[in-house]
Amino acid sequence: MQVRTPDSHRPDSDRPDYHRPNTVGDALALLAGGEARVLAGGTDFFPALGGRRPRGRVVDLGRIAALRGIARQRDGWRIGAMTTWSEIARADLPPLFDGLRLAAREVGSIQIQNAGTIAGNLCNASPAADGVPPLLTLDARVELAGPNGPRELPLGDFILGVRKTALAPGEIVTAILVPDWSPAHSPVRTHFLKLGARRYLVISIAMVAAAVALDGTGRIGEARVAVGACSAVARRLAGVEAALRGAEASGTAVRAAVAEAALAELSPIDDVRASADYRRDAARELVVRTVMAAIDQGAQR
Amino acid sequence: MMPMQTGNATGVSLVLNGQLARIDADPVERLSLALRERAGARDVKVGCDAGDCGACTVLVDGRPVCACTTALGQVEGAHVETLAGLVTSDPQAEALAHAFQRHQAAQCGICTPGMMVSALALLRAQAEPSEEAVRDALGGVLCRCTGYRKIIDAVLDARGTGMPAPGGVGTAMARVDGWPKVTGAELFADDVAPADALVLRLVRSPHHRARFTLGDTRAWGAERGLALVLSAADVPGENRFGVIPGFEDQPMFAQGEIRFRGEAVAAVVGAPADLVNALDLSDFPVAYEDLPAALVPSDAGTIADLHEGREGNVMCRGFVRRGEPEAALERAAVVAEGRFSTGFIEHGYIEPEAAVARRVGDRIEIQCCTQAPVMNRDSIARLLGLPKEAVRVVPTATGGGFGSKLDLTSQPYVALAAWMLNRPVRVTYSRVESIATSTKRHPSEIRMRIGADTEGRIVAAEFDGTFNTGAYASWGPTVANRVPIHASGPYRTPNYVARSAGIHTNTAPAGAFRGFGVPQSALAQEPLYDELANRLGIDRLDFRRRNALANGDATVTGQVFERGMGIIDCFDALKPRWERALAEAQAANAGGGHIRRGVGIAGGWYGCGNTSMSNPSTIRAGLTGEGRVMLHQGATDIGQGSNTVIAQIFATALGVPVETVTIVGPDTDVTPDAGKTSASRQTFVTGNAARLCGEALRARLLRLGNVSDTARIVISDGEIRLCDADGQRVIALAELTPDSTAYVIEAVETYDPPTSPLDENGQGVPYAVFGTAAQIAELEVDMRLGTVRLLRITAAHDVGKAINPLLVEGQVQGGVAQGIGLALMEEFLPGRTENLHDYLIPTIGDVPPIETLIIETGDMHGPYGAKGLGEHCLIPTAPAILNAIADACGARITDLPATPDKVLAAIRALRA
Repeated sequence: MQVRTPDSHRPDSDRPDYHRPNTVGDALALLAGGEARVLAGGTDFFPALGGRRPRGRVVDLGRIAALRGIARQRDGWRIGAMTTWSEIARADLPPLFDGLRLAAREVGSIQIQNAGTIAGNLCNASPAADGVPPLLTLDARVELAGPNGPRELPLGDFILGVRKTALAPGEIVTAILVPDWSPAHSPVRTHFLKLGARRYLVISIAMVAAAVALDGTGRIGEARVAVGACSAVARRLAGVEAALRGAEASGTAVRAAVAEAALAELSPIDDVRASADYRRDAARELVVRTVMAAIDQGAQR
Repeated sequence: MMPMQTGNATGVSLVLNGQLARIDADPVERLSLALRERAGARDVKVGCDAGDCGACTVLVDGRPVCACTTALGQVEGAHVETLAGLVTSDPQAEALAHAFQRHQAAQCGICTPGMMVSALALLRAQAEPSEEAVRDALGGVLCRCTGYRKIIDAVLDARGTGMPAPGGVGTAMARVDGWPKVTGAELFADDVAPADALVLRLVRSPHHRARFTLGDTRAWGAERGLALVLSAADVPGENRFGVIPGFEDQPMFAQGEIRFRGEAVAAVVGAPADLVNALDLSDFPVAYEDLPAALVPSDAGTIADLHEGREGNVMCRGFVRRGEPEAALERAAVVAEGRFSTGFIEHGYIEPEAAVARRVGDRIEIQCCTQAPVMNRDSIARLLGLPKEAVRVVPTATGGGFGSKLDLTSQPYVALAAWMLNRPVRVTYSRVESIATSTKRHPSEIRMRIGADTEGRIVAAEFDGTFNTGAYASWGPTVANRVPIHASGPYRTPNYVARSAGIHTNTAPAGAFRGFGVPQSALAQEPLYDELANRLGIDRLDFRRRNALANGDATVTGQVFERGMGIIDCFDALKPRWERALAEAQAANAGGGHIRRGVGIAGGWYGCGNTSMSNPSTIRAGLTGEGRVMLHQGATDIGQGSNTVIAQIFATALGVPVETVTIVGPDTDVTPDAGKTSASRQTFVTGNAARLCGEALRARLLRLGNVSDTARIVISDGEIRLCDADGQRVIALAELTPDSTAYVIEAVETYDPPTSPLDENGQGVPYAVFGTAAQIAELEVDMRLGTVRLLRITAAHDVGKAINPLLVEGQVQGGVAQGIGLALMEEFLPGRTENLHDYLIPTIGDVPPIETLIIETGDMHGPYGAKGLGEHCLIPTAPAILNAIADACGARITDLPATPDKVLAAIRALRA
């Protein structure tokens, strides 16, 4: 049935309301009190839209210099919120960051790594976010700015659930903070493994990040292990970490320790990528391999 | 500064391909859309709008990003480069284009801009990258045609030079239509709409099955400023279409009842595009009432019939019987049996369905991506209630098809809207729409028993296959008929019975997909062959070789080939590779450990052309007064290379250099019907028509000069020179009485393969030509994770005669990649895997090196002995992989895909 033949019919409410502020302060002012959306790399922003256009205000953080770059600070490292995964992969960082840099190279594809940002990965709060497990093993903190001033949260307290974060209205992430970790006896070695049903551009079935420090006898002094895609939010595995503490730094010992440990933090689901049972088993196997790879990496240096 | 549109304060300034540009658009608009629709950069291709396919890759300040996940505003002040700009301004990019041409790294060409732009970013950083670096750089761009290997070859050879010389039959020349694909100039279905075209979108059902009523759609459309809202009541002709006579059961718009999730209930048409695309269709006035639905055949008997007259939702059955299978199985020394299943497989071409239509007087013209322009024309005419002559279908370049672009999809909607509005109307499916509603490979549930004697000779086979054909018939009858003819594999099976059934369910229609059910049946028969060989203690290749059909043997339909049954040659060619692979696997496994090496082999066959049905192709060619040779080539080239192959055959038959032949078409107004690009028929059937046409034209020319059959024909500048031992005759074209207004001399020839109908037991001559193939898969299984890593595929294919060996390799590699996906990762689940990150197809990192062994047995009927090839490539791959997995770890995966969780569960079940 014919209605009519207009050439343009655009309500005023659809006029562009797009902003690229230069400072965090300007960004916060633009975000205050409205239904504004933040645009960072765009790699999650646009897929979530489908064919729709975003309604309301969009605040693009791409021009804010203060949100970019990786800086050495007195007691750790500051990774600007808008730092892309490519920048992290290429950055001159100590071995503590090897796991994070491996994860950076597993985020989607080169195209995604060139655009997608570290804070965007956290704020998107996907259970399969590649950046979260390595950052959990680094005890990373999230630096926020908002209408009520700046604040910091441990990463584990920032991501609350599937697509759910502790971001308050009008608040943005400004940086990820990674504290120094320099154990007495050996430098920390880190690693990351991702398991998917194909090589590139794949959402994980499971992924593991590990950070290991050996003690004075060459045994595992401290191990931090985090698993992603096997629970609503990636989790550190306290039982595994406890079981590894004091274990011999050998494949057999690590396998034995991990085999007995509880994976109480994991609550995997059945989905199109894998069954829950498989995820639990694969996670355990990947934990062994990731911990051993971290140790071996140390041995090779 | 180059104004793109009349500027205002909202515009975004950037440097596009070295030129200052200002794009006047919403800064939040996707960069892909802004570049394509506002700046005219149609070389930026859109495949998914989600960063999942990489086709839209552009360089922003030198870095490759997906333009579909970048906001226009984000590139304010930046340098943006696209393929077309790069090739004209950067010598390195131009060299890369030559390398892509040289290696035939572009097939359909839709992913090529993304591939090349990504590769260029790498080459600028590393002039001589490793293969691993190439894979990492291109891992974000999906290709469904090539299997990636030739893309890797091209990038590694980006600094190379030269181009294979053109030539006739047997020459590995570059594609005649390749250059536009590697320079960004190629125009696909979404690239050809005029600026004033209105945009159409479909309103689709979220229910699998429902009754529905429409409300006041006119008022709804008027409130939103739409030009038109269409539904079933507006269809002027018969509101149904289909591809098999007697099975035209699919409405253009659902009428009263929804039969699958995603079915169209209405269409909205308006302008501008972004407004129409942004429309919230969730409040469209339609009320659904859910009805009991079935998504799998086992539930189909419990719901009301989808179609009148198809009782119990049985669409149709197929049957072949020979000898006394039941008795022979009783007497067999060993019998292997099993149940096997596969899921829906999505074609996953990177170009979503798109079309644009315009009314020209009392005719309607449609440009679209398609594999079957003449069938499309006839179906559209029926829907619109127009005579066929009033409909013109002009295929654009088609960005992959693999069977699904045979059926009508988007075309009739724009045709009807343009007809009613008398304005051009365009439509492009979103990726979700494309996956949710296009046809799929039939899911299969197969039971099979095969018996052999103590000498390892097959004595009988019994096959029962149930195929989920979805809500509408599409090519389901073809699958039901084809499978029983092929389920024996290319092996002597004296006693045989095969029964198939196509069952309706409330899913997207299953239709044609590379192999029409034969890949599914091979996934039952080939694993059972392994079991028989192993139980008899016979080498798995030798077992197949022993049973392989030879010239003079009868197939399961009683057909006997005196020449060209090449499966034995395929196994013989593989034999040394097989021995090497087995030895390497044994050595690798000797050390123990959790990585186990496995080697698998499988054979396959496929009949070229329609099953026991006429399927002619016609080719027209002519000489203009100026001496140009024009070839009216209506076989749609969807990337497989028919433009090149048909031209090579024609040029050889006529006896002129292929580069002097100009291709016209395809276009239903100017090219005669060359049938559909399907059933691996174009090289064989249209190729024969081209050969006959070339020969006829040659005979006419030779008669003009009264010269011998061996005379050389040289056509130039308005004259023909005919040279033989007796000297040279010169004929001035202007002095001849023209055959037609277009041509001084022309010829039209048709070829229809000789087949015969099958009797009630399926006995007869279903195809004039069978192509055969055998492949070896070598892989590793991680026994603790269940993951599979492919090491190498070796593919031996009897193509009769390779018209263009480079194109043969491209077909093989692309088919193998699809076989890998079928085996290891692909499954469409309605409502769940409707995008390219949940529906996984292989990436560049998932396809191992592929060695292609071309066997040329010379076919009795094919042009210069050539057979079809497209579908054969896929058939042995998945069973070879599954056989290799079983060889590696003992676990037999019978329910595809063999994802890590299934493989690990199967390994554990063995230990339990």
